[in-house]
Amino acid sequence: MTDGGDPDILIRVRGLSNGFGDQIVHENLDLDVRRGEILGVVGGSGTGKSVLMRAIIGLQTPQAGEIEVFGKSMAGRDDEEAQSIRKRWGVLFQGGALFSMLTVAENIQVPLREFYPELDQQLLDEIAAYKVAMTGLAPDAGPKYPSELSGGMRKRAGLARALALDPELLFLDEPTAGLDPIGAANFDTLLKELKDALGLTVFLITHDLDTLYAICDRVAVLADHQVIAIGTIPELLALDHPWIREYFKGPRGRFAADANERNKANADMNRTETGA
Amino acid sequence: MPGADFTIEETPEGPSLRFSGALTLAEISVLHARLSTLSDPPARIDLSGIERIDTVGAWVIHRLARDHDATISGASKDAERLIEQVCAADQPFKIRPDRTNPFLRVLGEMGQATVHAGATLVGLLGFFGATLVAAWNLIRNPKRFRINAVIRQFEVVGVTALAIIGLMSFLIGIVIGQQGAVQLRQFGAEVFTINLIGRVTARELGVLMTAIMVAGRSGSAFAAQIGSMKLAEEVDAMRIIGVSPMEALVLPRVIAAVVMMPLLGFYATMVAMVGGGIYCWLALDIPPVTFVQRIREVVPMTDLWVGLVKAPVFGLIIAIAGCFQGMQVEGSAEEVGLRTTASVVQAIFLVIVLDAAFAVFFTQIGWI
Repeated sequence: MTDGGDPDILIRVRGLSNGFGDQIVHENLDLDVRRGEILGVVGGSGTGKSVLMRAIIGLQTPQAGEIEVFGKSMAGRDDEEAQSIRKRWGVLFQGGALFSMLTVAENIQVPLREFYPELDQQLLDEIAAYKVAMTGLAPDAGPKYPSELSGGMRKRAGLARALALDPELLFLDEPTAGLDPIGAANFDTLLKELKDALGLTVFLITHDLDTLYAICDRVAVLADHQVIAIGTIPELLALDHPWIREYFKGPRGRFAADANERNKANADMNRTETGA
Repeated sequence: MPGADFTIEETPEGPSLRFSGALTLAEISVLHARLSTLSDPPARIDLSGIERIDTVGAWVIHRLARDHDATISGASKDAERLIEQVCAADQPFKIRPDRTNPFLRVLGEMGQATVHAGATLVGLLGFFGATLVAAWNLIRNPKRFRINAVIRQFEVVGVTALAIIGLMSFLIGIVIGQQGAVQLRQFGAEVFTINLIGRVTARELGVLMTAIMVAGRSGSAFAAQIGSMKLAEEVDAMRIIGVSPMEALVLPRVIAAVVMMPLLGFYATMVAMVGGGIYCWLALDIPPVTFVQRIREVVPMTDLWVGLVKAPVFGLIIAIAGCFQGMQVEGSAEEVGLRTTASVVQAIFLVIVLDAAFAVFFTQIGWI
């Protein structure tokens, strides 16, 4: 299946360069995403987090560099190959990017119909129903149009569509931005559960420190046109980079870390109580 | 990868289904069809032979077990977890909107459309009133008059429209001349083509075609500009800072349309006559001097007044419809498109309705 390389590395980016006109976004950027991990991607505004995602999923042609997804090079592949790769990933765009002319249920069925036209309508409806229920939408959301949903519900519906094909790899662009803290925490829990149940690999762009602490296995830091560091949060903190230190040790970062500690302690306590 | 398959084994407790292969989305369609034609309800489901399973496979197994009260055995840990997940997600769920009787639905839609049309008309009238109030306030405080905004709109509505309106009117003049000449030739009255060109362009077509062009060019632009400002909360920001959107956005556009329409209409009339004149010269051998002389004889001054009196009224309607629809935008970007279309349709419709009223009116007062 793979043409060389480590089968446990789902996304492999080497020497990627991107830019718009004179403006350089990425220069000689390297990144590996391992199978089964949630990789958080952080960076200041304008460091090209979304551009990186768009380059990996093939919406943006890079100026230079090599991108491999599932061990296959993204450059120079034919349509059939591209389709077979698209079957294996799901993407949640920032605003949900639901098709406004279709209901939530129809939105979820779009990828299913596109790739598996032989599925009958009853099964399609059932699939849409359990996907929507899995992402925690209200039971009456199925026949609603995206314009009738709140931002948080739109994100959940977008996630349900991204999960429609049971992908191995999930791209999420700021899934918790614009959600209230309760909604964001629920989203984190949901993502963690889905990852454990479905064995997903997740490429997660976020600004949300709580999300980083709560669910990310590793964090990649984008700055100076490159991935300057990648690793678990303690590993990143051990590095002496001013931006990383400010990011995680600033007032918000410290608060998120404390909250995470408290949550962990509570969870441990509950576990011992129920165990006893 | 082997496709999904199952075999039926008879056991004392009842038939047992033994699945094998990959129970995944790619393979599920055939399996689903075969399972739905199953004659004996299975009592046991054996998953020990499967190679892979995803949520769709888990769903199909879960549904089979649920519908026939069968027990699942031999599932791996992953499969068990997936089935648990879909089991938790198995809730009564609405996928489609409730169906209504088509007859009732059509009746309901007609009623809604009627109410909506009435509400729009009332809204337009209200908006017209608000514009008048804003204009009155401006007259009392002339210092607040935004001369720059008005001049800017003059340019957008008037000057930049000259080329396209000129070309359109020129062609219309030629078409009237050519079509008129063909018909009048049958009576040997080709020379009356001049009457036709002069009177039709001055009374009706000059101003009417200009109004349609301005509605398409500027009325839609008003709706789209104000609509997107409304979406970006710019209009709300204006109100909070104390700037009246009626004064800052609506009045300059209304003034520009009202002032520019007569000028554009006059210009269009003249260019159409030039077009008709050139046609007469080239095709009917009527020299320009004769053409101009005949125009002066057959087109009474009142014809020009008929056109020019209508023009500012049309301008007012176009600007009000555009700004009103723009101000109604709420929610999504999709709405901007819908409102822009609505503004053009309403403006052209109202212009033609009023044009008919004007035609009757001017005939009654003897301007024929």
